[in-house]
Amino acid sequence: MNTLFLYAVVGVGLFSTGLYALIVQVHLLRKLLAINIMGSGVFLILVSLSARTTGTQADPVPHAMVITGIVVAISATALALVFMIKIAIKTGKAELSSLEKE
Amino acid sequence: MYLTIILTTPWEIFLILLPLFGGVLAFLIPKLNKTIGIVTLMLTLSFVVCIAVKLLNTGAYYHLIGGWNTPLGINLYIDGLSLVMLGLTALMGTGASIYAIKYFTQKQSLWFWPIWLFLTAGLNALFLSQDIFNFYVTLELIGLASAALTALSNTKEALIGAMRYLLVTLLGSLAYLLGVALLYHGFGSVDIAILSKKIESIPVTWAAMALMSAGLLLKSALFPLHFWLPPAHSSAPAPISAILSALIIKASIYIQLRLWISLFIPLNNFYFEILFALLGSLAILWGSIQALVQTRLKLLIAYSTVAQVGYIFIAFALALGGMSVAWSALVYLILSHALAKSAMFLVAGNLLHFHEHDRIIDLDRIAQRLPLSTTAFALAGVSIIGLPLSGGFIGKWFLLEASLSNNSWGITLVVLLGGLLAAGYIFKVLGFTFTKASLAQKTKEIPLSMELVPLFLAVMAILTGFFAAPLLSLIQIGNPFGTVGLSQ
Repeated sequence: MNTLFLYAVVGVGLFSTGLYALIVQVHLLRKLLAINIMGSGVFLILVSLSARTTGTQADPVPHAMVITGIVVAISATALALVFMIKIAIKTGKAELSSLEKE
Repeated sequence: MYLTIILTTPWEIFLILLPLFGGVLAFLIPKLNKTIGIVTLMLTLSFVVCIAVKLLNTGAYYHLIGGWNTPLGINLYIDGLSLVMLGLTALMGTGASIYAIKYFTQKQSLWFWPIWLFLTAGLNALFLSQDIFNFYVTLELIGLASAALTALSNTKEALIGAMRYLLVTLLGSLAYLLGVALLYHGFGSVDIAILSKKIESIPVTWAAMALMSAGLLLKSALFPLHFWLPPAHSSAPAPISAILSALIIKASIYIQLRLWISLFIPLNNFYFEILFALLGSLAILWGSIQALVQTRLKLLIAYSTVAQVGYIFIAFALALGGMSVAWSALVYLILSHALAKSAMFLVAGNLLHFHEHDRIIDLDRIAQRLPLSTTAFALAGVSIIGLPLSGGFIGKWFLLEASLSNNSWGITLVVLLGGLLAAGYIFKVLGFTFTKASLAQKTKEIPLSMELVPLFLAVMAILTGFFAAPLLSLIQIGNPFGTVGLSQ
């Protein structure tokens, strides 16, 4: 079992944990955190993949991808937080189901 | 001489940069945002025409950004398929923009124009992309922009619909990105042309295919992953509902298409065809039945989208199974649905504006009072049902031809039944446009431009049926569908 494999397993674990939480958690902030944990899992896998070359130098392409991914994740989180706050103001609860309960 | 200029100018770059620039400008100079928006969309449309001229003269071509070739640089690629999608975006986008001038309040248009132009840039970049990581970036761009647009009306329903849509689109993108990571790990590239030469049927490809497909199907709202679509599409303002249904859904279907026709060829097998055909059939039946029982017009139209996505995936399944005529069906269904459905959503916007509600049963003599809108709805309905001579008819005709020659009787039955159900929900709406509502309602006047745009789009949906031969030969430039499915 090499280091790359360990990183990949941890990454997949984070992805799955996040997916589970995204589905079962009700509060929007928790859903958002879950999405971010999933994202971290994917980024971890990508970073660990840059060790695929046999030499001492890491492959820079996955690093560039991770940076792009982080930028996207931050903007998405910001947008989602605004939505969440607005929903909380309008309905009194930061939940998706607040429409159906009326 | 003009031809030389057209042939040597890199229009594809402008197609991405211009809307981006226009978006920033519309944000900085809010007084002129409508002018900037319309001019940008019109220019985009003319650039697409220039690209069409270029394609007809030189065939499919690559543009190397900054002169760097792969594997170091990023390529843009244009063939018949991307041209048709770009054309659809520009045409439908121009229509929606003209409609939007009168539709939005001053405060809403402050946000609409910049975000919509950014969205156009993202869509254009997506249809020009030739590597799977760029697909991810552009998917996120359009996902964020369209979630923001969905929330524009700032009501409780719109915000919750937008939030649900945002979570779904982020989940889909992350699954897709994980697939990209696996493919890069397996084959050391993200460029489709390079990958397609190296790809083999090994476990990592299967895992990547499963993740990418799941993510994209979620974004394309294929049954049973459609749960987010009706609330988001029905609560957004009318021009945005039209854009979401016509273009955003199609973008993820386009990526799915690109991946299967060039990358996942070694994985293609009978079980996927069964799976896609089954999900498509269920989508048609479920979406149509749900549309029939809706009492609100916008929800009815949104559920109709769920059903139409089903048709597109049935065509996809047949095409994977070796029916080359199904590719034509697929492109035709995408085109005619985009035009007809956007016309319908815009008409729904008119009715909502006119009556200040969209309860189907309380429509009050619309046929007499808004004849243009009613005509637009009826023409769009003709294409959605698939009555002869419309674009939708050509798509369904090809689909029936493919399913009959494949002996897939189940599919034939579902396609015919779907047409019948569609007729049911369209005529249900049309019936109420002639009757007088039981309660008196106050009405507001509709600007002429808001009636003409849906009529134009609906007429286009019908007209695509008349120009099947030239359109299909245009799509064939660069042979985008290659030998996939034809080899069997």
